[in-house]
Amino acid sequence: MAESMRDTEALIQEVLEVYPEKAKKDRAKHLAANNHDLESSKKCVTSNRRSLPGVMTIRGCAYAGSRGVVWGPIKDMIHISHGPVGCGTYTRAGRRNYYVGTTGVNVFTTMNFTSDFQEKDIVFGGDNKLEKMVDEIDQLFPLNKGVSIQSECPIGLIGDDIEAVAKKKSKDIGKAIVPVRCEGFRGVSQSLGHHIANDAIRDWVFEKDDKKRNFESTPYDVAIIGDYNIGGDAWASRILLEEMGLRCVAQWSGDGTISEIELTPNVKLNLIHCYRSMNYISRHMEEKYGIPWVEYNFFGPTKIEESLREIASHFDDKIKEGAERVIAKYRGQTEAVIEKYRSRLEGKRVMLYVGGLRPRHVIGAYEDLGMEVVGTGYEFAHNDDYDRTVKEMGNATLIYDDVTGYEFEEFVKHMKPDLIGSGIKEKYIFQKMGIPFRQMHSWDYSGPYHGYDGFAIFARDMDMTLNNPCWSSMTPPWQKEEDKSQAMAAE
Amino acid sequence: MPSVMLRKGSDGKISFYVAKKDLEETIVSVERDDSDTWGGTVELSDGSKYYIDPMSPPPEFPTTMRFKRC
Repeated sequence: MAESMRDTEALIQEVLEVYPEKAKKDRAKHLAANNHDLESSKKCVTSNRRSLPGVMTIRGCAYAGSRGVVWGPIKDMIHISHGPVGCGTYTRAGRRNYYVGTTGVNVFTTMNFTSDFQEKDIVFGGDNKLEKMVDEIDQLFPLNKGVSIQSECPIGLIGDDIEAVAKKKSKDIGKAIVPVRCEGFRGVSQSLGHHIANDAIRDWVFEKDDKKRNFESTPYDVAIIGDYNIGGDAWASRILLEEMGLRCVAQWSGDGTISEIELTPNVKLNLIHCYRSMNYISRHMEEKYGIPWVEYNFFGPTKIEESLREIASHFDDKIKEGAERVIAKYRGQTEAVIEKYRSRLEGKRVMLYVGGLRPRHVIGAYEDLGMEVVGTGYEFAHNDDYDRTVKEMGNATLIYDDVTGYEFEEFVKHMKPDLIGSGIKEKYIFQKMGIPFRQMHSWDYSGPYHGYDGFAIFARDMDMTLNNPCWSSMTPPWQKEEDKSQAMAAE
Repeated sequence: MPSVMLRKGSDGKISFYVAKKDLEETIVSVERDDSDTWGGTVELSDGSKYYIDPMSPPPEFPTTMRFKRC
């Protein structure tokens, strides 16, 4: 083990070699060999720091964190990308947050609403335009349940008072209007956008009428928090929870609605899947309404079993029995999946580089299939995420925070993984290098991957990618050795 | 004067969370921690120290309070 630890550290040193002295010092803090002996990740990885100027980072911005991640999937609200047209256009419907409803009538998730700032709006301010826009929206889409104003960079720069507009228009149309100060320049990554979005829900949705509504609660009410229903993930999770006897009052925010969010303070337990993007609101609900929260992981049967039991331990025997029943019910199904794919995937090595929860959550699912995760890293994690990751990862595996394009390529060249799981920006580079790749942000147009049903799809997709015959055709025929000798013979 | 979120973990220890500073540590020791007073200088697991005026009765966790750095 000590040997491989030195190897990993040597690899990091080798990759850092090309940087100038100062950059090398900075980047060295973000790369580490995993060590189970450390009690705190702070001693090995620095995270949530400004990206180094001049390197290629894979991060997003605060607007992406708020509009794209937290608010975007709330389906019955209209989310205005307030500012120039590009931010909204290029991110429209990119995350594949599935939902039920008739788009453009009562749900609006995949639509793009923007105030399309022009020069005159920058010079004279865009508040009038925003007011007009809210009126038009309410006229054109009368079934919307509210509007959120997602600020793009210029709003903060020119100092528009979107809060005042929100208050005024909210009175006019009688619906919730939520101003979100998620200008892209705030913070170091999309992570601050999540925080700002959480705070906006706290200040503009919860504050209004808290628990006053008419709501018949049961002792088994829970909310799914931080599941964005990518490819149907939240649905695959929800059926397991409902089968064990719980009642899901709200989905945050995949396939979720504003009224579900307003009802969440009535639940008995908050279940957090994506800790990074929604721990803030869960902590707030714990403090204000006394709702405990629990983190869970629905990737791969081992982790699902652990999580179901952990969730059930917060309830009475009825739910505990329910959890065992669910585990028993799906055991046959998952065993069949593992039996089918394990022999084809056993021993393959995986490198991950994703966002909020997957770099640690999917490790269990790969291990269930006999695969090994040899490197992992987050775009925008904080220390608490790395604290949780250190335990999940094997000793002496590679951990990289906010990895740069160059570093990631070099690590891959040296470690030669059999599969890489990362985002769309990395996909084609690695595929051209001849390495199987899965897009782990939105499941490469597949999914769901959560829950038992999702695991079957996960296993199929990994097999489909890894054992695809195309990887043996990466070398063109004229460069193949045996072909050359054949050509010689023909001459 | 950072605003700190305090909550009791499942192991009974109090976690000390400052969202803005990305600081999440557990409290190792509190100067005054008895049945009717809580507060004074608190020491965190990373060695840093914060101060809050002792209060009685002790607060109910989870809660948010403003600490002074010392």
